[in-house]
Amino acid sequence: MEFDAVIVGGGGSGMRAALQLAQSGYNTAVITKVFPTRSHTVSAQGGITCAIASEDPDDQWQWHMYDTVKGSDYIGDQEAIEYMCQTGPQAVFEVEHMGLPFSRNDSGRIYQRPFGGQSKDFGKGGQAARTCAAADRTGHALLHTLYQGNLRNKTVFLTEWFAVDIVKNADSSVVGVIAINIESGETVFVSSKATVFATGGAGRIYASTTNAHICTGDGIGMSLRAGYPVQDIEMWQFHPTGIHGAGTLVTEGCRGEGGYLVNKDGERFMERYAPNAKDLAGRDVVARSMVLEILEGRGCGKEKDHVYLKLDHLGEETLNAKLPGILELSRTFAHADPVKEPIPVVPTCHYMMGGIPTNVDGQALTIDSQGNDEVIDGFYACGEAACVSVHGANRLGGNSLLDLIVFGRASGLFIENQLKEGISHSDAGSDDIDFAMERLNKINNSKSGEKAPVLRAELQTIMQNYFGVFRRGDYMKKGVEKLDELRGRVENVYLEDKSNAFNTARIEALELQNLFETAYATAIAAEGRTESRGAHAREDFQERDDENWLCHSIYMPGQREIGKRPVNMTLKTMEPFEPKVRTY
Amino acid sequence: MLTVSVYRYNPEADEAPYMQDFPFDSEGKDLMVLDVLEKLKVIDPSLVFRRSCREGVCGSDGVNISGKNGLACITPLSEAVRDDKLVIRPLPGLPVVRDLVIDMSQFYAQYEKIKPYMMNESAPPEKERLQSQEDRAKLDGLYECILCACCSTACPSFWWNPDKFIGPSGLLQAYRFLADTRDTATEERLTDLQDPFSVFRCHGIMNCVQVCPKGLNPTKAIGHIRTMLVKNAL
Repeated sequence: MEFDAVIVGGGGSGMRAALQLAQSGYNTAVITKVFPTRSHTVSAQGGITCAIASEDPDDQWQWHMYDTVKGSDYIGDQEAIEYMCQTGPQAVFEVEHMGLPFSRNDSGRIYQRPFGGQSKDFGKGGQAARTCAAADRTGHALLHTLYQGNLRNKTVFLTEWFAVDIVKNADSSVVGVIAINIESGETVFVSSKATVFATGGAGRIYASTTNAHICTGDGIGMSLRAGYPVQDIEMWQFHPTGIHGAGTLVTEGCRGEGGYLVNKDGERFMERYAPNAKDLAGRDVVARSMVLEILEGRGCGKEKDHVYLKLDHLGEETLNAKLPGILELSRTFAHADPVKEPIPVVPTCHYMMGGIPTNVDGQALTIDSQGNDEVIDGFYACGEAACVSVHGANRLGGNSLLDLIVFGRASGLFIENQLKEGISHSDAGSDDIDFAMERLNKINNSKSGEKAPVLRAELQTIMQNYFGVFRRGDYMKKGVEKLDELRGRVENVYLEDKSNAFNTARIEALELQNLFETAYATAIAAEGRTESRGAHAREDFQERDDENWLCHSIYMPGQREIGKRPVNMTLKTMEPFEPKVRTY
Repeated sequence: MLTVSVYRYNPEADEAPYMQDFPFDSEGKDLMVLDVLEKLKVIDPSLVFRRSCREGVCGSDGVNISGKNGLACITPLSEAVRDDKLVIRPLPGLPVVRDLVIDMSQFYAQYEKIKPYMMNESAPPEKERLQSQEDRAKLDGLYECILCACCSTACPSFWWNPDKFIGPSGLLQAYRFLADTRDTATEERLTDLQDPFSVFRCHGIMNCVQVCPKGLNPTKAIGHIRTMLVKNAL
């Protein structure tokens, strides 16, 4: 099979990239392990943060840029953030023109709600309302709209196909992937002039996560196995409001609409931790405050292991209009009706800020022996799998959907131009393909060992216990030791059922190894970054250390120590934002 | 102790499908049916089903649970177990690939047939197309469809004519675009539906409404389309 461009992943960024290329008439395929609208983008609730100046006609994308840089705790690349915030409105209007059913305000424009970390006038003008919403189902609306756009433009969907590993040619260019047709079990080399990883996150490395079962870091695993680095992979966002016990997400939009958190005494405790922004401080700040409340004995419930999100004061009418999905989720998973009672919530793993380092055109980067960036020929990444990096150490709510459409689009545009100019690389030889088949062959020939679900549960427990909201060097060292012990067992995972037709046990074994690689990189990078910044909070290094760590971490596969890569601090349109103490 | 009876069929090993009983201890918890399936898969890795979001928004895990179509991830045991027995079968009416996984291509083909995308050939404005709150409200109850196929596979008309009758899910989406003030292809859409099968095979028995896990009402949408078709014909 041969295509101009192959996109691995049928979520928001993958389908936006595919749309760009299919529209321009290029032979484009999307390899997706689930039917595209089952991708995890569908679970995004609150909205797309973007300065379209609907709620506030004076809103400026530069203010959004300031908030994002500050939110990132200053290790987001300012060039990429500038590009995202400036291009954002166009990307949002495009999906509206494609039919995305945004909620509307009185003047018929797109409805925008307040979200955490948003300000006017570079932090000086109070809370902004910048998140473009389709009720509390924005991800669903976006994903379906993008799928529809791709249907219209005849994108080829290899639906329920699973990408196993990267294929490189003799010149070390990426020339495609090995993929399994899940339904038939057939294994194929899908060759492509441009290979785009839009494989999403890996929240399933933790025991408690808002992420779908399918978020297993497949792109990260494949990329690391191919010898490429990941960046800032220690940076995992714990969303303040996952439903206690179930882990399902409750949008920050709840607090944007006026909801707030209370402890067992009914106290609105965020007033103590963030006197100005209160419940709409950065997610890392809110999540840590919640954990502190719980650790200090002010948690709710019998075990005092969660806090409450109060919404009942907003009234049934507002809740029905603005947060209908949340009412459903809370009634189903928390057995609590938010119209009458608070929702039990706890910080829950939500988002991977790190990923495959790329430039703003989506080109994946590696680091050469001199420590310089080097573009990997034929290889691109966008969305949560990529680290471009607009989120740095902490992502702001609503910026992930913007990231998807802006950088999905940017990757598509760049590849389109490359294709126009002509891309040619030498074919992969049979050795190259055999090399990429090794892992799958090993699993297919396994005769003994442990089952994937058992090993997965063990991995998730290690990550939850040793690399959670608060981190400590000695704990993390122990965690790394445990992972070292687990590695061999994961590499020798046993596939009992060798059948071909829709064998999901085989897929889960392959996914387990991707989870493991992602988790291992996380562990090494978390242990290596000896400071606290954004989502990475260390008890043994409580301060941000700009002298040593105002930089990206780079994890190279096989290494036990992380490298450093400078943060891009150049803006095209104005002076860059210098690091300041981050308060809300 | 529960008995979980699951439909099994592996085309490579089984001549015919069969029901397999698993004893299951829920430890008194009101688990979701998907949690039960996940636990059974640890015991028997060859058990196959689809799943993704596990919160009722992706539409992967539509199955027939004790006789009623629904999503495994948001159906609690308390709603599904009768006389200590839980019966899980694939959604009815479409070919089975393996165990609980069905071949949904006919369902998706009907969705594609209604041109499920915005058609408006006028040059878009620089910003968004405006839409009043009242007009936007017309899309509520339509755009939320998750394409799980619970409705269409509960519909006898769809079982009978899956190639010609669009089915409740596809028609709900057809109306989602007919109702959108930003879409200008009303005429073309209605013409496409103006045959004896696409819409008119609906006999209003409302199985679709009864099973929709998102609480949507395809029958009502079909009623609106019928009215539009009749007006259009006059």
